[in-house]
Amino acid sequence: MSTDWHVVIGLEVHAQLTTESKLFSRAATRYGARPNEQSSYVDCALPGTLPVLNREAVKQAIRFGIATHSTIQERISFDRKNYFYPDLPKGYQITQHYRPILIGGQIDIDTDEGAKRIHIHHSHLEEDAGKSNHEYSPTATGIDLNRAGMPLLEIVSEPEMRSPKEAVAYIKALHKLIVFLEICDGNMQEGSMRVDVNISLRKSEDAPFGTKVEIKNINSFKFVEKALNYEIMRQADILESGGAIVQETRLFNESTGQTEYMRGKEDAHDYRYHKDPDIPYIDIDEDTIEQIRQNMPESPQEKQKRYSDDLKLSDYDARVISHDKDYATLFDTVINEDCCQAKTLANWILGPISEQSNKSSTTFHDCPITIKQLAKLLSMLEHNKISNNNAKVIFEKMWSNGDNPEDIIKSEGLEEINDIEKITAIIDDVLHANPKQVEQFLNGNHKLIGFFVGQVMKQGQGKVNPKVVNDILKTALDKRK
Amino acid sequence: MHQYSIQEIADALKKKSMSSEEVTRHFINRIQLHDPTINAVTHLCHEESIKQAKAIDAMRAQDANSLGELAGIPLLVKDNFCTTGMPTTCASKALAGFTSPYDATIISNCKKAGMVILGKCNMDEFAMGGSNENSAYGVVKNPWNNMRVPGGSSGGSAAAIAARLSPAATGSDTGGSIRQPAGFCGITGIKPSYGVISRYGMIAFASSLDQAGPMAASAEDCAILLSSMASHDPTNDMTSVKQASYDYHKQLNKHIKGLKIGLPKQYFSDFGDKRYETCMQDAINELKALGASFIEIDLPDVKHCISAYYTIAPCEASSNLARFDGNIYGHRCEQSSTIETMYARSRSQGFGEEVKRRIVMGTYALSSGYDNDYYQKAQNIRNLIRHDFDEAWQHVDVVMAPTAPSTAFKLNQFQDDPTKMYQQDVYTIPVNLAELPALSMPIGFVDKLPVGLQLIGRKWDEATILNCAHQYQLRTDWHRATPENYR
Repeated sequence: MSTDWHVVIGLEVHAQLTTESKLFSRAATRYGARPNEQSSYVDCALPGTLPVLNREAVKQAIRFGIATHSTIQERISFDRKNYFYPDLPKGYQITQHYRPILIGGQIDIDTDEGAKRIHIHHSHLEEDAGKSNHEYSPTATGIDLNRAGMPLLEIVSEPEMRSPKEAVAYIKALHKLIVFLEICDGNMQEGSMRVDVNISLRKSEDAPFGTKVEIKNINSFKFVEKALNYEIMRQADILESGGAIVQETRLFNESTGQTEYMRGKEDAHDYRYHKDPDIPYIDIDEDTIEQIRQNMPESPQEKQKRYSDDLKLSDYDARVISHDKDYATLFDTVINEDCCQAKTLANWILGPISEQSNKSSTTFHDCPITIKQLAKLLSMLEHNKISNNNAKVIFEKMWSNGDNPEDIIKSEGLEEINDIEKITAIIDDVLHANPKQVEQFLNGNHKLIGFFVGQVMKQGQGKVNPKVVNDILKTALDKRK
Repeated sequence: MHQYSIQEIADALKKKSMSSEEVTRHFINRIQLHDPTINAVTHLCHEESIKQAKAIDAMRAQDANSLGELAGIPLLVKDNFCTTGMPTTCASKALAGFTSPYDATIISNCKKAGMVILGKCNMDEFAMGGSNENSAYGVVKNPWNNMRVPGGSSGGSAAAIAARLSPAATGSDTGGSIRQPAGFCGITGIKPSYGVISRYGMIAFASSLDQAGPMAASAEDCAILLSSMASHDPTNDMTSVKQASYDYHKQLNKHIKGLKIGLPKQYFSDFGDKRYETCMQDAINELKALGASFIEIDLPDVKHCISAYYTIAPCEASSNLARFDGNIYGHRCEQSSTIETMYARSRSQGFGEEVKRRIVMGTYALSSGYDNDYYQKAQNIRNLIRHDFDEAWQHVDVVMAPTAPSTAFKLNQFQDDPTKMYQQDVYTIPVNLAELPALSMPIGFVDKLPVGLQLIGRKWDEATILNCAHQYQLRTDWHRATPENYR
């Protein structure tokens, strides 16, 4: 494949919203329920049932609109998209075809060439379909309607991405944003965020768009990149051998890493869109938007600024913590406990906590340590009651058994020796036992201070506070001059 | 007893001169005796209704004050309302064997009021038709003349009330399906404003037009029934609208002196039968005697109502009826190799001719590229018709219209000519398009067949037309007339 093809990519991302109940029924949205356990009369499309819009989903969409600077529409419609499929019991999906809730908007992404702004064409609310299941029987298909009616926000980008990397950067930025906005749990394995990509090739940046191919339902960052790379190769091969791209829908096969034909343009359904007569137009007033604006969760950018300006974290720490939902939540919670300096907390989040979390493959949230316990530990560290090393040892124990740090310190005998008399006694012992080194030090070999500290720590079984040791040691040596 | 009004039965029950069980048994006996002739009832809840009636009697013995006016009054239910414990089929093979696990809101409202459900009524399949000839259960006969249709689609409900097989029935009206059969059968029926009675549990035909309503002998009966059937149901139905008052009965006591009634010049120009026109004129004279004044009005756009309606209704129906695919409930064909053939066969076998015709019409009209030509254009006409009425309300309080172009037509008269059949809805359809309340009441006879008259009200003003009809019925006896074999 030659590299002189210019790639044009547009993305449609389906984000499953975090409402308690479905978009048009009162069935629960919890993940992992037994098949059809969360399917109401409305979800199975029993005769006579009617949809009732979940206003929380509208609010979540507005939240996304505010964060992406989209235009929130004053009047929105819900429309029917008609097609027959077993996992769609009504025979139509309720979506927003004529008057979507959000028009326009933007998301900034990081690329190799720096920051780039990707524009959003529109975003609309729609209900998900159920699932067909072929595992139960070789001769019959099972239908699970737990997913039917789940609330989705479909975010349709402009075709502004120019490489698979940019596409992935866009999805990552979007993922981060919706998770931060708390409108989507972002769990891609569970299908909370699914991506359809549209891709076409053209000869140059100013040539008209080529014929696009859609690849549907990709559910990981990695697969998006793989699918796009494969598709670029496939399309380039066709074009270079004199062929033409056929507008079609393809699927990404995760095991082969290839895209496969799903259906052509001629198979496209005529969806017979029309406004859903069961749902009146919904008007969104300024007050509602303003109220949501007032209660917007802080954006990663805002957090980062607060961390570095107000809490004086280093630029690096502020950026890393603010852009990770788990880190930031932990940071904001613990900082409220007022147990230690922001810097200490940041070090711990990026140090021991992150290490322990990687080692055990669980987040801090899921480990047995409570916020109060962590705060207690950090506070003892801050007040020199324990050494940093011992704090780490205590922390590991807490992670495995959830015990209080005070109890671990007692049972392991890890209290720090802060008693100046005791430390002075140890120092005296050490200086007494090493007269040569004392002499060399007094003759100007100041590097030996490390040796003395080491010896003192050893004798103190690691429980002495190194800072205190340093201070007393210097005075003791000075005395011998 | 079957000649009693609902108020009279209620009073007798209160005085305990009759028990609810006696009332229920009486009507069940009548259904068993007469229904084989007219075929109005598709399902009879024999034991269950007597059980219910006994329970009401027991409650009355314990604490009579806890019971409402409708407690112990029998009710027949059109078969497009979901009801637990008995079939709900829309008179279609597509729903053969289906029992709903829940009650429609209107049904639970009636049950809460203590009404005793006698059974389900025949209808045009999925409420599509104006003659009750499109039913998987066979045609319904008009009790006034067995060679005539009862009208439709609530033909079973209307015929049952006319034959006094029940004092009350539910109907649904998408393009005239309460009023036209009420007119043909000489009873009273009201289609309230769109949104007064919850649509939850009423199997959708054309969602933007469908509205349930009561059918009974008189306007007073309808007012009593409507008071219990109507409710604000926002948790189930986004089109349900809260009303200022739900006590329609209380509002029947006003004189109608000074009431301004509009006569659309489009409607009172030319009837084929002079005697039909005379009936209308007599009714006008009665209302004039009660102090109402009449003004000619202009509804210039109603002439387009048939084409608008027969676009909007099939479009919505084609989508609403997609769920009857044999997958989760209802009729499913025998073994089929693919899902597509299963759908095609199940639906081909399940639906009758008229339903198929409308699904095809709607599917075509919504097809990509045509939606602006048909559905959208029809909506524009709908707006024009709304506007016509809005204009009329500047000058009048009520609009009068015939219920149908003629009295009940003969069985099979239009069965081979659907467009002629559709023309029969010309006077009822504009009301649905404009979402207005309208009732039909009997005003006389031509050739021993009842003549119906419509009173159309302002949106949400059911009270005025019910009161107007009630005042008329206080002066006349047409609503008391019963066909010879059913007295």
